[in-house]
Amino acid sequence: MDAELTNLVYYVPPHVDGYVYPNEQNLLWSTLIVVYPYITGLVAGAFIMASLVRVFKVKALEPVYRLSMLTSLAFLLCAPLPLLFHLGHPERCLQIMMTPHLSSPMAMFGFVYAWYMMAVLLLELWFDYRRDFVAWSANVRGLRGILYRILTLGVHDVSEQALRLDDRMGKIISLVGIPSAFLLHGYVGFIFGSIKANPWWGNVLMPIIFIFSAIVSGISLCVLMYLLLNWARRQAQDINCLDAMGKFLFYALVVDASLEALDWIHRLYAAEESIHILKSLAAGRLFYTLLVGQVCLGTAVPLVILGGLQLFSRHVVPQVRQHLYTLSAALILFGVLAMRWNVVIGGQLFSKSLRGFTTYKMELAGHEGWLMSIALLVLPFIILGVLVKLFLPQKSPVTRTETGAAVSQAA
Amino acid sequence: MPCAPPTQRGTMIGKGYTRRKSLVALAGAAAGFLVMAPARKARAAVQKLFTSTGAPKGYDPTQHKWLMAINIERCIGCGLCVEACKKENHVPPQPTYFRTWIERYIIKKPRPGQAAVQGETVVDSPNGGAGGFPPCEIPREEILKAFYVPKLCNLCEHSPCTQSCPVGATFDTPDGAVLVDPKYCIGCGFCIQACPYGCRYFNPYTRTADKCSLCYHRITRGLRPACVEVCPAEARLFGDLKNMGPDDPIAKLVRTNKLHTLKPHLGTEPRVLYAGLDKEVR
Repeated sequence: MDAELTNLVYYVPPHVDGYVYPNEQNLLWSTLIVVYPYITGLVAGAFIMASLVRVFKVKALEPVYRLSMLTSLAFLLCAPLPLLFHLGHPERCLQIMMTPHLSSPMAMFGFVYAWYMMAVLLLELWFDYRRDFVAWSANVRGLRGILYRILTLGVHDVSEQALRLDDRMGKIISLVGIPSAFLLHGYVGFIFGSIKANPWWGNVLMPIIFIFSAIVSGISLCVLMYLLLNWARRQAQDINCLDAMGKFLFYALVVDASLEALDWIHRLYAAEESIHILKSLAAGRLFYTLLVGQVCLGTAVPLVILGGLQLFSRHVVPQVRQHLYTLSAALILFGVLAMRWNVVIGGQLFSKSLRGFTTYKMELAGHEGWLMSIALLVLPFIILGVLVKLFLPQKSPVTRTETGAAVSQAA
Repeated sequence: MPCAPPTQRGTMIGKGYTRRKSLVALAGAAAGFLVMAPARKARAAVQKLFTSTGAPKGYDPTQHKWLMAINIERCIGCGLCVEACKKENHVPPQPTYFRTWIERYIIKKPRPGQAAVQGETVVDSPNGGAGGFPPCEIPREEILKAFYVPKLCNLCEHSPCTQSCPVGATFDTPDGAVLVDPKYCIGCGFCIQACPYGCRYFNPYTRTADKCSLCYHRITRGLRPACVEVCPAEARLFGDLKNMGPDDPIAKLVRTNKLHTLKPHLGTEPRVLYAGLDKEVR
C-alpha cells in the first residue's frame, strides 16, 4: 500500500535481488489470478463432495448434498470474473470462444466452463429440484412464485415414473460430473503445468495436485457452510454428517499432502538446474506463505487434528469434535489459498534466468488490486446466501432423501 | 458449337460422358463459383493481416526465412541497439519494457583455495543497457572475464508463446518472425509467461502483449532491423536463409565459429544464433 501511495508521486522500481530479465521486474499475474484457481477449485471440490452422496451413496452426507451443489453453483458463477477483470481487453473475451487457438490450454476455458455449468451443474440441479419447483410453484406467490414457475420449464409431471427418471438422470449426470469436475480443475492446473519456461510451474504433477487441493478446499468449504447454515438457523449440527465429511476431508488431505511432498522430493532428488533458485524461493520470499501458511498451518496441523479424530473420535465429545472440524476446515481453506498464492505469485518472483528475485507490489485499489480480489472472494458467498434463501428453505417440502425414498418405494 | 450427330453422341456416351458425370461437373463448377468469393475474401483477409503487420503490399513472406546471429566477442555494450529499438518501435520508456536489451556478465576469479575454474558470476542490465553501462564496481583484479550479451526475441521454430496464445493473436509468419496482432490480443499475458527468454512484456498503453517484431515494417522493405542498423561493432548480423550467398556475413560467421542457442533443452529451436556464448548465459 505504501508503494501504491508513493507511486502516485514518483515511480518506485521493484526491489530486485540478483539479476532478473528487465521485462520480468513487474509481476504480470496478480491476486486476481490467485483468486481464479481458488474459486474454480472450490467449485470442483464442492461438486465432488455432492457426488459422494449421489454416486457413492454415502448416506451420512445426505444433509449437505444440496448445500454443496448450491455452493458449487455460487462459486461457478463467479469463476470467470477474475480472469475477465484481469484481461487487458475484457471486451475481446468472447474471442476465446469464437476463435479459439486449439493449441493453447487457456483457449479451452470457455468450453470446459460452459460444459461444466450447462451440462453438469445446472442440469443436475434441475433434475434434483424439479419436484420441489413444481410444489413451490403451486404454493408460493409473488416474484418467488414466478421464479419457481419459470424454473419448472413448463414440466409439471411429478408422477412416480417421472420422478424415477429424474433420479436416474441425476445419477447419470453425477457420473459424468465427476470426470468433468476433474477436467475443470485439472485444466486449471494444466495452464500452469504446461509452461515449460517456468520450472516452478512446468510440472506434470501440477494438474493432479490442483485437483486434490480443490477437493480438500471444496469439502472444507462445505463443512464451514454447513456449520454456518445450521448455526444461523439455530438447528442442531448433525455430528454424523460432520464426522463423515471429516473422514473424507482427511483422506483427501492425505493424498493432497502426499502429492505435494512427492513433488518436492522429486525436485530435490532430481536436483535440476533450477533447484537452487527454488530452494531460495521457498526459504526466502515464500517462507511465510509456503512453509508457515501452506505446509504447517494449512496441511500439517489439519492432518494431525483430522487424523487424531479418526483414531480417537469416540473419546472426544461431539461439541469439541465440531470445533475441531471447524478449525481444520478453516485452516485448510487458508492453506489452499496460500498454495494458490505460492504457485501464481511465487512462480513470478524469481527470474527465468534463474539468477535473482523481484518483489510483488500489491495494488490496493486498481482493477488488479486486492480490494477487487476480496470483492470477488466475497461475491460467491453473497450469491450463495441468495441461493440458500431461494432453494434451501428451512422447511423444505421435499428433501433429496425423501425423493430417493419415494422413488425406491415406487420401484 | 454445332450439335453432334446422334451416332457421334452415342459414341461420346460410350466414352464416359454420362448424365451423372455431367451433373457432377456442373455441381463442381457451381461449388467452385460459390467457393471463389469466400476464397477471395480469405485471401484478402490474409493480405490485410500481412499489411497490418507493417509489410508493404506485394511482399511475399514465403520467399524469405529471416534469422539473426550475434557475435558476443564483438558487442561493446554501447546500448545503441536498445535505444534505436525503443525509438523505432515506440517501446514504453520505463526501464521495465524492452524488445531488446544487453546483459553484462562479469565472472570473478575463484577465491584463493576455492577449487573451481571460476568464481561468482555477476549479471546486470541497468536500464536494459540503454545509454551504455556504468563503470563496474568490482575491482579489476578480482575479475576473470567480462562480456556483453544482447538479448531479443529468439525467433523460435517451435515458439511457446504462439502455442499458448488462446486466440491466435500471436502468430508465426512464414518468413520466420513471431508477431502479435495488437488489435486481436486480449491481453491475458499467457504468452508472456510462456516465453522462456523474458522477451515479451505487457504494453501498458495498448494493454496487449508486445515483443520484438524483428522490425517487420523495415525488413519487409529490404531494410535491416533498427538494432542491426545502428550496431557500430557489427555484433548483430541479420540474414535471410532462403537468399543467402556464401559471402553473407552470417554464412561466414557460421563457417568460422561454434554457434549456440539459448536454453536449447527447452526444444524451442531458436533462430537467433550466438557465437562465443558462455555457459553462464541463460
